[in-house]
Amino acid sequence: MVAVFISLVLISVDQRTDKLAPLRYGLAYFATPFYIAGDIPSKISYALTKSVKSSEILSEENLLLRQQVLLLQRRVQKLAAMSAENVRLRELLNSSDLLDDSVRVAEIIGVDPDPARHEIIINHGRDRGVSNGTPVLDAEGLMGQVVEVGPFTSRVILVTDSTHAIPVQVNRNGVRAIAVGSGSLDRLVLTYVPDTADIKEGDLLISSGLGQRFPEGYPVATVMRVEHHPGLPFAVIEAAPTARLDRSRHVLLVHRDEGGLSE
Amino acid sequence: MSDVRSQGTWLIVLSFVCAFYLSILPFPVWAEYWRPEWVALVLIYWSFVLPSRVGVVTGWISGLALDVLEGVTLGEHALSLTILAYLAGRLHRRVRVFPLWQQSLSVLVLVGINLLAVRMVQSSVAMVSEGLVYWLPCLVSALLWPWVFAMLKFFQQYFHVR
Repeated sequence: MVAVFISLVLISVDQRTDKLAPLRYGLAYFATPFYIAGDIPSKISYALTKSVKSSEILSEENLLLRQQVLLLQRRVQKLAAMSAENVRLRELLNSSDLLDDSVRVAEIIGVDPDPARHEIIINHGRDRGVSNGTPVLDAEGLMGQVVEVGPFTSRVILVTDSTHAIPVQVNRNGVRAIAVGSGSLDRLVLTYVPDTADIKEGDLLISSGLGQRFPEGYPVATVMRVEHHPGLPFAVIEAAPTARLDRSRHVLLVHRDEGGLSE
Repeated sequence: MSDVRSQGTWLIVLSFVCAFYLSILPFPVWAEYWRPEWVALVLIYWSFVLPSRVGVVTGWISGLALDVLEGVTLGEHALSLTILAYLAGRLHRRVRVFPLWQQSLSVLVLVGINLLAVRMVQSSVAMVSEGLVYWLPCLVSALLWPWVFAMLKFFQQYFHVR
């Protein structure tokens, strides 16, 4: 009875307030070895696949990567000119310039065992200066944000979690919307978009930077499906996240110096 | 008496540690619903065979540990495993004389109650809609029970845990 009562109190306190954060932080010391041990099997399989790849496959991959590097280098050349132009234009517009965000690489060491929640555990915690709300990216796009910081690990909620929403805009024309997680890893839903909004299939959605949580201009998703139902007040729009949410092993944490994050 | 009682606590602790480890081990996405409730199984086993040592308090502590590991609302599993330990403690005299498959049936019900409690707490926080697949773990746990039982029984007898 007493135990049930204590549990109920714990549940309600933890849900309504964040008074238990210190307790959680302390208990995270106990959890860290489990996370690290839980990562061992995938580390081993990763190491194995790396060491048993045949030289043929490797050389093929090497060729492919070289081509990719060439392509990317060409794009970077253009980018330098374009970013310079961008800065000039922004100066003309007298707006605050886009700071280059500093990023650091972290490794995913765990995945939430509950399939209904899309959370991952990364190997950076307070010891490396991670803070609540830090945006997380991978090479292809925005993945999510840090929701819980432990001493050596942190929890990251993915954009597809059904409790997560992110402000986005269409890259083509700047139409703003909110992308809400759907609970399945390959789908985001745009909510409250009027039927007349100019959003088409294949449009790239980038983070709009509104809400001050995510940096502006990172790709979030590509629109997959746009439906107009005469009976519904808003258009039904689904988008596929560009980040490889279930495949990435390394993620980038974005640090911004301006701060400006207030809970 | 105290001599007898203090035997083999390390094995109980170790079995729980293994259960914690197994319950956060990353699974491929398609298999995630097939993960048995390891901690619940281990807790049921110990409260069936050693009801004087493993009970509500152990259930609560292991539940809290599981909450921290899974990063869910503190108290969620603590509540469900407390209820589970209590029920298992009440049932142990009857269940111990059951054949293994009937024990599996009781495990099915117990783990089901455990999941039900977790589900009730979760639904008070956020909308959850997964359908019947949510209950798959209790079926898997029941199917796995004979093996868990045999294995823990072996270790228990080998190390004379009483």
